[in-house]
Amino acid sequence: MSNVAEQETLKEALRGGEFLIKETKSEDIFIPEEFSEEQQMMAKATDDFIDMEITPIAEKIDKMQDPELMPSLLTKAGELGLLGIGVPEDLDGLGMSFNTTMLIADVVGSAGSFSTAYGAHTGIGTLPILYYGNEEQKKKYIPKLATGEWKACYCLTEPDAGSDANSGKTKAVLSEDGKSYSITGQKMWITNGGFADVFIVFARIEDDKNLTAFIVERSYNGITMNEEEQKLGIKGSSTRQIFFNDTVVPVENMLSERGNGFKIAVNILNIGRIKLGAGVLNGCRAVIRHSVRYGNERKQFNTPISSFGAVKYKLAEMTARNYATESLCYAAGQDVDDRITYLRNSGMSAAESKLKGVEEFAIECAIAKVHGSETLDYCVDEGVQIYGGMGFSEDAPMARAYRDARIARIYEGTNEINRMLLVGMILKRAMKGDLDILSHAKAVGKELLQMPKPANIDRTEAFASEKELISRMKKAVLMVAGKAAQTFGAKLNNEQILLMAVADMIIEVYAAETSIMRAEKLINQHGESADGVKAKLAKLYLQLAINKLEQKGREAISCFAKGDEMRVLLMGLKRFTKHEPINQREIRHEIADMMIEKNDYAYKLWS
Amino acid sequence: MKILVPISIVPDTTSKVAFTDGDTKYDKNNVTFILNPTDEWYALVRAVELVEANGGSVTVINVGEAANDQFIRKALAIGANNAVRIDAEAKDAFFVASQIAEHAKTEAYDLVITGKETIDYNGSQVGAMLAEMLDLPYVALVSKLEVAGTEATLEREIEGGVEVVAVNLPMVVGAEKGMGEQRIPNMRGIMQSRTKPLAVVPAVEVAEHVVVNKFELPAPKTGAKMIDADNIEELVRLLHEEAKAI
Repeated sequence: MSNVAEQETLKEALRGGEFLIKETKSEDIFIPEEFSEEQQMMAKATDDFIDMEITPIAEKIDKMQDPELMPSLLTKAGELGLLGIGVPEDLDGLGMSFNTTMLIADVVGSAGSFSTAYGAHTGIGTLPILYYGNEEQKKKYIPKLATGEWKACYCLTEPDAGSDANSGKTKAVLSEDGKSYSITGQKMWITNGGFADVFIVFARIEDDKNLTAFIVERSYNGITMNEEEQKLGIKGSSTRQIFFNDTVVPVENMLSERGNGFKIAVNILNIGRIKLGAGVLNGCRAVIRHSVRYGNERKQFNTPISSFGAVKYKLAEMTARNYATESLCYAAGQDVDDRITYLRNSGMSAAESKLKGVEEFAIECAIAKVHGSETLDYCVDEGVQIYGGMGFSEDAPMARAYRDARIARIYEGTNEINRMLLVGMILKRAMKGDLDILSHAKAVGKELLQMPKPANIDRTEAFASEKELISRMKKAVLMVAGKAAQTFGAKLNNEQILLMAVADMIIEVYAAETSIMRAEKLINQHGESADGVKAKLAKLYLQLAINKLEQKGREAISCFAKGDEMRVLLMGLKRFTKHEPINQREIRHEIADMMIEKNDYAYKLWS
Repeated sequence: MKILVPISIVPDTTSKVAFTDGDTKYDKNNVTFILNPTDEWYALVRAVELVEANGGSVTVINVGEAANDQFIRKALAIGANNAVRIDAEAKDAFFVASQIAEHAKTEAYDLVITGKETIDYNGSQVGAMLAEMLDLPYVALVSKLEVAGTEATLEREIEGGVEVVAVNLPMVVGAEKGMGEQRIPNMRGIMQSRTKPLAVVPAVEVAEHVVVNKFELPAPKTGAKMIDADNIEELVRLLHEEAKAI
């Protein structure tokens, strides 16, 4: 780009999902190494808080013997300002950017049960009022929530309404004098339910198609709850079933408008998803750090087990996957921030622009959630494995990490729902003409019928062959998704096995591209680093991504193509994923050796 | 009350120790630096507490180069009101103490609180030198500090008990564990630290008294011998014959 103005236009024009059809430039993505000194200092302070106040009492928190413990920790977090990072300053928050809230969610993510309580309070508990509340509601509730004086929870799920959230049976009936609603119904899996002062409750008025959201205070009548749920993991977070029995809620406590509840739920969940993606990062770092240290200490056959290739394999892969989640989360987080600024500058209100900013990148939000939670699962699983027998013992930190990780694939929309959503959203935007998938898919179709042209790669440029491979990965997705859409039309939504496979292909494209772009940007900014570890992580991740994309591509094609069509598609897939494998032994050894030597995670984002 | 807290920037305790320039200089490559813990946790935190309770201001002062500003801002985030950086490499204790004294002599501080030592060279010299240069009383290894009016009451842990001392201000205090507790800077403090004054002042000429001939690492540890917990006789034999400890 020749001038700043043009560059800004480009930035403003960046739309959600466009990574599939456009080449991303490294100078256009944000990388976490670019966080300012102030943001890093906030991350470090948060890290210190977790280290000093949470980690030492992790066991006590999980025992749940003191019902006051978790709310008191949230109060402390509030005193430090951690509950109001993204809340505007005039509502007693800090008014920091969206990506700063991602960074803090990242750090808090290593805190097990506390991070769930934190996420529920600051996310689904606070944001509905912040983004959909009127001025009176915001003034009444947000300062109390941002400072931690009051705690919040979010009551959407019901016994028969989980993933199908809009099917809830909770009723809200308007009183005869028109001054209040009477809410009756049963809610379950309510995080922070045991101590929350404010409940965001979703209920149906008459036979409305969509739910309506209300702000309910604990002091209102008719609220009862079951005992704490006994859970597989995050045992220290309060999870209750809550019953509303003719609970009288003043009409002024309706959030937004009648029938807007489902929209609120969906939009707030978009934010929750990308935050969850960031919210696994520090958990993964902690697990990897423990694994390196234990591997260095634990000797078998008179040798530290970290020196075994089988262990190095795991250490390198855990780190590469986490590096990829990190790269994609913060790139997407900044895209959201840029979009918010753009919408705000074009006259939209602060709250509305935040919602629309996130909604624009709903595809990337779903990717972050799935990629992050599955990386966490991989890390804790291999963490237990590296610990061996000790991994199975409560005396080592891995057992808890293993249990706590599992919920991440379930809440904020299961990973299955998120996979279907992300493909669904792409197709919907394509149909509406917002995302030009169709003409790109057609071009790929045409290319398939021609003889393959040798790629023209300038190998003097860093990552040139990796970038060329990523551009072909995109073509593979367009080929498969385009053909599938052509075959099934509107009925594609019912083809779940196919959709899951296509979703995985899309996820890998985004993860690989942001990983490589980050490494490229770092080299452009600072030259090759001494250990070059991020470039290695990016290259290893790309290899993992291409392998998975190829496998999922075959799976997807097999779901619908037959005979000649299948042969053509498989040949296309082969052409688009053709690559020279990197030396897995060498790169995994190099990455692991560097961590073994440091006895720590591969690099620091804040210090 | 006007309090000055000299702060040092030191390598994190987990840093690898290596030397350059013919083993005469500490190798700062790939080292993570931190605020010296005794300066931060004990001296600075107590100074901030005293000012919160009695009013006044806390100034932090550092002798170092521009890379130190981020750590100085952390001290501001924790609660110091303003900062001074003497723009020079901290060569040795005498150099540092001279620079701080040059600043302090015109500022009429009621209290100067230093950490008892820095965790890199563990010299424990700056506080005492500074007191001498400013002609002020100095009490080292103080674990408790209260101020009422112009008198400070200090507690020192001594062999078998506690010594309580009363000293008239102004004075210099060397802070020890117990005087304060690590305080996590809150987010608002971090945001405000950007706008608090940080003055950069040139260093004054100071005669060089210290020349480093050589640093060397301790000899590598020899392997520990593991003895079965039930084999007390063998343990006694080894302690007697090999370690010659009993």
